[in-house]
Amino acid sequence: VENVRLLDRLSSRKAALGTLYLTATHVIFVENGSETRKETWVLHSQISSIEKQATTASGCPLLIRCKNFQVIQLVIPQERDCHDVYISLIRLARPVKYEELYCFSFNPKLDKEEREQGWKLVDLNEEYNRMGIPNNYWQISNVNRDYGVCDSYPTELYVPKSATAHIIVGSSKFRSRRRFPALSYYCKDNNASICRSSQPLSGFSARCLEDEQMLQAIRKANPGSDFLYVVDTRPKLNAMANRAAGKGYENEDNYSNIKFQFIGIENIHVMRNSLQKMLEVCELKSPSMSDFLWGLENSGWLKHIKAIMDAGIFIAKAVAEEGVSVLVHCSDGWDRTAQVCSVASLILDPYYRTMKGFMVLIEKDWVSFGHKFNHRYGNLDGDPKEISPVIDQFIECVWQLMEQFPCAFEFNERFLIHIQHHVYSCQFGNFLCNSQKERRELKIQERTYSLWDHLWKNRADYLNPLYRSDHSQTQGTLRPQMAPCNFLYKFWSGMYNRFEKGLHPRQSVTDYLMAVKEETQQLEEELEVLGERLVNLQKLQLNDNKVKSTQQDRSKQLGLSSSNNSLANTPQEYSNDLKSFPSRSPSQGDEEDSALILTQDNLKSSDPDLSANSDQESGVEDLSCRSPSGGGCLPSEDSGKDSDEAVFPAV
Amino acid sequence: MLRSSQPLTGPNRKRCREDEMLLGTVLGEGERGFIIDTRSAQAAKQARMTGGGTEPKSSYLQWRRLHRPLERGRPLQESFVKLVEACNDASNNMDRWLSRLESCRWLSHVKAALSTACLAAQCMDREEASVLVHGAEGTDTTLLVTALAQVILDPSCRTLAGFQGLLEREWIEAGHPFHLRCARSAYSHARLKQEAPLFLLFLDCMWQLSRQFPFSLEFGERLLLTLFDNAYASAYGTFLCNNEKERRESTHSLWACLNQPGEKKKYLNPLYSPNALVIWPSVEPQSIQLWQGLFFRWIRSSQYLDEAWAEIQRLAESN
Repeated sequence: VENVRLLDRLSSRKAALGTLYLTATHVIFVENGSETRKETWVLHSQISSIEKQATTASGCPLLIRCKNFQVIQLVIPQERDCHDVYISLIRLARPVKYEELYCFSFNPKLDKEEREQGWKLVDLNEEYNRMGIPNNYWQISNVNRDYGVCDSYPTELYVPKSATAHIIVGSSKFRSRRRFPALSYYCKDNNASICRSSQPLSGFSARCLEDEQMLQAIRKANPGSDFLYVVDTRPKLNAMANRAAGKGYENEDNYSNIKFQFIGIENIHVMRNSLQKMLEVCELKSPSMSDFLWGLENSGWLKHIKAIMDAGIFIAKAVAEEGVSVLVHCSDGWDRTAQVCSVASLILDPYYRTMKGFMVLIEKDWVSFGHKFNHRYGNLDGDPKEISPVIDQFIECVWQLMEQFPCAFEFNERFLIHIQHHVYSCQFGNFLCNSQKERRELKIQERTYSLWDHLWKNRADYLNPLYRSDHSQTQGTLRPQMAPCNFLYKFWSGMYNRFEKGLHPRQSVTDYLMAVKEETQQLEEELEVLGERLVNLQKLQLNDNKVKSTQQDRSKQLGLSSSNNSLANTPQEYSNDLKSFPSRSPSQGDEEDSALILTQDNLKSSDPDLSANSDQESGVEDLSCRSPSGGGCLPSEDSGKDSDEAVFPAV
Repeated sequence: MLRSSQPLTGPNRKRCREDEMLLGTVLGEGERGFIIDTRSAQAAKQARMTGGGTEPKSSYLQWRRLHRPLERGRPLQESFVKLVEACNDASNNMDRWLSRLESCRWLSHVKAALSTACLAAQCMDREEASVLVHGAEGTDTTLLVTALAQVILDPSCRTLAGFQGLLEREWIEAGHPFHLRCARSAYSHARLKQEAPLFLLFLDCMWQLSRQFPFSLEFGERLLLTLFDNAYASAYGTFLCNNEKERRESTHSLWACLNQPGEKKKYLNPLYSPNALVIWPSVEPQSIQLWQGLFFRWIRSSQYLDEAWAEIQRLAESN
């Protein structure tokens, strides 16, 4: 479609005119006339919703919201064309079969062996070995080898030595979705461990001998402590309500030597709505400071982030400082449990703060333990009530930690942002389906490529220049403050305003320091080589040969320009239009700047059938918010000159 | 860029030929200028009742007046006090933090100050027009705007020496009444009538600029914190008085101390790389952050951030 305009949220004057293309995998906008031929690429799998807005004199506006928080506002001249695009995108962004996904057509030109090697980069058996398992207390169990015990768990699990197959099977029957207690993290220094499961089917009074034995086995696997923490990451009210449905939580009276603890983190519906509200704040035109702060508080987003973090800190402290093992669960043990276990692991073990270690962590606590990627992130068109930014929240927790401990992580913010992007992009096979079982059935590893391999190959882009493995910050456990520290949680504009270049510092300190570091390293290496050469030449000199010293002035060579002086940054609109000069501020929007329209057809009028959800709680769903899957999805990859996006292979 | 105080138009709409001529000579034939009045249109109008006012359009034909109200005086001090109280609140409740931050309005003031300075800079750089800035007295918000605008426009103001010169010119010599404004700070119960943290607001805006342009200022946060400290309580006479007339020569200058080679090093930004261009900050709310290094200075440890800066310094120097 020609003569389409792409609007800029911050400056209504900066509209670009160009042509819109729809392909099998992408939506592409190509700017007219500019010598750089600026292109905006959006993957269909990234599209979260499409909104057709009221036609105005200038055309028919189409708003595309992406799962990676890019928002694209197009204006299409003909209403008919706009409608066609809209209908097409809705279909394209809601794939019905896995085969429609990008990962099955994506071709990075690797041969079969390279693909296989790529998948082998992260090996969980190696990881458990690194932790020190198997040992006297923990062993590997293949009781689930055919997914016969629990189909959302992996085939290989680690359990206490004293947990027989009989105990495991019995316990699994007493746990929601059969997700029995299994090992997530083992601390070899003091034998304390983090185990995870789902909620027990205890109702008001039911008991299960094998489940009680299972917890006892976990406790006994830690001879240094005479009790076990059981942490339920749900709000107490929700957990109690589950009892009416025959589920619930562990009764301290029935389980010997446990200390039970609620650490309330809200459910997936609350989180979905929270993100929704926060994104609405991000879409405000010319918000005042008050609008922004009120909106952010109203969304509750940072409050939830802090809740997840606090839970992770509690568990890490229990393991590191008290030497007590912890069993963590929520309802089904695949959302909040995953978040909290992985945050705790990051705090405890510096290995997970390395690039490789972080990939291993996600592979372990999210991929292998059956986090429902497909349902949560909408690989395929599904139930909008299952959608929730669970891993996004975890990734943000990591970022918040990085901000507090700038030297402690081997990787940088860009690494996190790209991982988040690929959770939704379906360009690689790692985050497909809902369980290991489904992925194996689909033969994902034979038909798609691994994201970890791709990131690892580009790891130079993802390094944190301030990281030093010998630095005090990187050793041992992190010590994040718990209180008072509300103010430590910042709004992550690098993620939620990722594509608004005007908002971010134009000069990347990370990139500059990485370049400096590399240059210094190169210079040191060269110095070594030159030093050796000098020694050799000095030996030759004894034979009266002419010696030329080849020392150059390297400092001028690499031309490290930290500030791109050739490209001035442009002022934003400090006053709506300098020529017309309204005497009032803030600037006033014009007709095209339509405020966010809540489309009525997206609001469900009846109560959602919560029993069909994974999260069977009497959680309150805030019906005043728009459901995010109101339309199709347009992914976007900016294949422009920005080095941030350079990693994405456009096709 | 010019600065002044308000014209004494008064209720009878007095005129002053000399003032009109003075402003007339600034502009060439057919050129236009902008007057940025840091009071609201209403406040400016009301000022006439007490002898002040605004430049009447008919007498200053080439000048276009813009109002950008900036907070000063008692409300600004209250904003500061409230913020410090909120920061000191030890309760762990995340729920109320953001609304408390919002209700003290400090960040709104930062946003407004930066926006107005950018407007002034834009008039000069983009519209190539002259600018006259004034509020009521010309000693508070006026200086905030002119000083910030110069940092935005002029790379020499971003060097350590240039910044010192800017402070001398636009704050000290221009007559910002430091003695009155920086009297007791936020913890004092004595709410002095003349006290107001304009200079702190200026330093906060400087910090925002350093965050948005990490390579463009020759100095870092440490200098800003030192200036804040010395404005309120100092061994040096630099910020002691209200104006040049009051200044005593028998004290030592803070600059002399800061510029000693051993001291100076502490205040330099290891990432500095001279940027000859104008720096245009983003004034979107996401871009304006709370200056933790100042407001949480005594509340939480900055150990990890200090270590990070030490590492940055080490990397920059090893090269």
